[in-house]
Amino acid sequence: MSEGDLQAVLLTLRLAAVTTLVLLALALPLAWWLSRTRSRLKPAVEALTALPLILPPTVLGFYLLVMLGPQTGFGRLWLEVTDTTLTFSFLGLVVASVIYSLPFAVQPLQSAFESTGRGPMEAAATLGAGPFDAFRTVALPLAWRGLLTAAVLSFAHTVGEFGVVLMVGGNIPGETRVISIAVYEHVETLDYGAAHRLSLGLVAFAFVTLLAVYALNGRGRRVGV
Amino acid sequence: MASDPVPVLEIEARLARGDFRLDAACRIAGEGITALFGPSGSGKSTLLRIAAGLERAAGRVAFGGETWADGRRFTPPHRRRAGLVFQDARLFPHLSVEGNLAYAEKRAGLGGPARAEVVEALDLAPLLARRPDTLSGGEQRRVAIGRALLAAPRLLLLDEPLSGLDLRRKGEILPLIAGLPDRFALPVVFVSHDLDEVAQLADRMVVLANGRVAAEGPIAVVMARLDVQEMTGRFEAGSLVEATVTGQDRAHHLTRLDLCGQPLEMPALDIADDTRIRLRIRARDVALATGPVEGLSIRNALAGTLADLIEEPDTAFAEAFVEIAPGTVIRARVTRAAVAALGLERGRQVRAIVKAGSFDRRMLVGRN
Repeated sequence: MSEGDLQAVLLTLRLAAVTTLVLLALALPLAWWLSRTRSRLKPAVEALTALPLILPPTVLGFYLLVMLGPQTGFGRLWLEVTDTTLTFSFLGLVVASVIYSLPFAVQPLQSAFESTGRGPMEAAATLGAGPFDAFRTVALPLAWRGLLTAAVLSFAHTVGEFGVVLMVGGNIPGETRVISIAVYEHVETLDYGAAHRLSLGLVAFAFVTLLAVYALNGRGRRVGV
Repeated sequence: MASDPVPVLEIEARLARGDFRLDAACRIAGEGITALFGPSGSGKSTLLRIAAGLERAAGRVAFGGETWADGRRFTPPHRRRAGLVFQDARLFPHLSVEGNLAYAEKRAGLGGPARAEVVEALDLAPLLARRPDTLSGGEQRRVAIGRALLAAPRLLLLDEPLSGLDLRRKGEILPLIAGLPDRFALPVVFVSHDLDEVAQLADRMVVLANGRVAAEGPIAVVMARLDVQEMTGRFEAGSLVEATVTGQDRAHHLTRLDLCGQPLEMPALDIADDTRIRLRIRARDVALATGPVEGLSIRNALAGTLADLIEEPDTAFAEAFVEIAPGTVIRARVTRAAVAALGLERGRQVRAIVKAGSFDRRMLVGRN
């Protein structure tokens, strides 16, 4: 494997790890709220969360490019405060990946929280556990399968993204050139050998990941996606 | 049986949910055991959940000097220290029995009962290492009660603590529950739709019907006065009396009892002398005689005064209340024809004839 490809692999893993951590931090409260709320906003929030599942990555990437770009709103603010641009940077990729993989983190968690139901939380409350205490000591441990599934799927889905990265991040070695982009580049330059090495690696990784998820949720339980 | 202790928990709750309406006000004594009794769908469990703070309703909930809920204030469940034992136990499946107990203990602050005391009272020692999903229904109930106690509650609420258990397990758990108020110095409220359970456990009872309080007070008083017509088919009216074991007639497999100074016999009980037991005597199992009876197989005849006689219009029956001692009343269901033939009227000296086999022996709790 060339040095460039190794760099792409390491960058991909770093992006997936950071994205997963950020996603879990966001998805835990969001999934908890969705599993408990009786708000009329719930279906709208669920639909928004699920959007990345059906939108073409190019559409998502296009809007992210516009939003994060230095010409408009958030991107301009970011430029003024930090003197850097979000587009075509690692940080921009993290933001894009978080949005792109959001449903893969939220949905398994939400269904895990829903299947636990209110019962154990009510029991904890009558034993004197406050809401945060009960969440940490009862709801989370009971939802561990969902939590693990969410983490694994978020990580794997981030590793596997292409369109959004291409739109928002481009192809900057060490900054935004992830494995899928590298494969694309190898194919364009007709370096099929290099493309094979990376692609086969990704196939093996994807299979092992899904195998782990299904084994984890074994005995016919649905993954939650 | 308690006279009239100071109420500690006051609930006044109004709630509408679909077809169900709850509009109930009751006061729970600060000692002993109070039963919330009524047919299913009468709002008993909802009232319990309102007391624990798991359900919000219009009205008011107060405990001791504290207001737990009114129009403006609401104390969340974890700040009430009202232990609630759910019908389905709700043990935490990710923790062992010991872990479940420790969970409660950790949140008890100071002043909770000692773990050893609770484990001993509920016989939990053999279960400590087990996972909740390997426990039987009765074992889960016991662990759930122990867990609730270890959280140092000021009040213990039990939702149908005996439902779904077979008679033998009920017989095991009944005395445990009966001993809780004294042993752990807290008032106990339990929900039940089984009058025999209520008869054995409760000192006071609140009767709920269709979301309203139909009666409340000391158990013997409420039981004797429960309106049969209103609850027809739900349970049978009867009276509750307390008798003391005086001896055994081994030759005839009988246990001799003393009921307000009068002798009573029933099929042999495995209970020591001087133990007090509660007997529920169904009105339909009691006959009346105006004088000494001869040539009758039934040997239990309790002398008393006919304190009240209520003829039920448009039926064959009348309800007679025989006072065999001050405050102790035996209820009898007799035909109006018999009332007329015997010339029964208030103030008349009569004997209440009770068949020995009519006592329910299955769920007796001995008291010392």
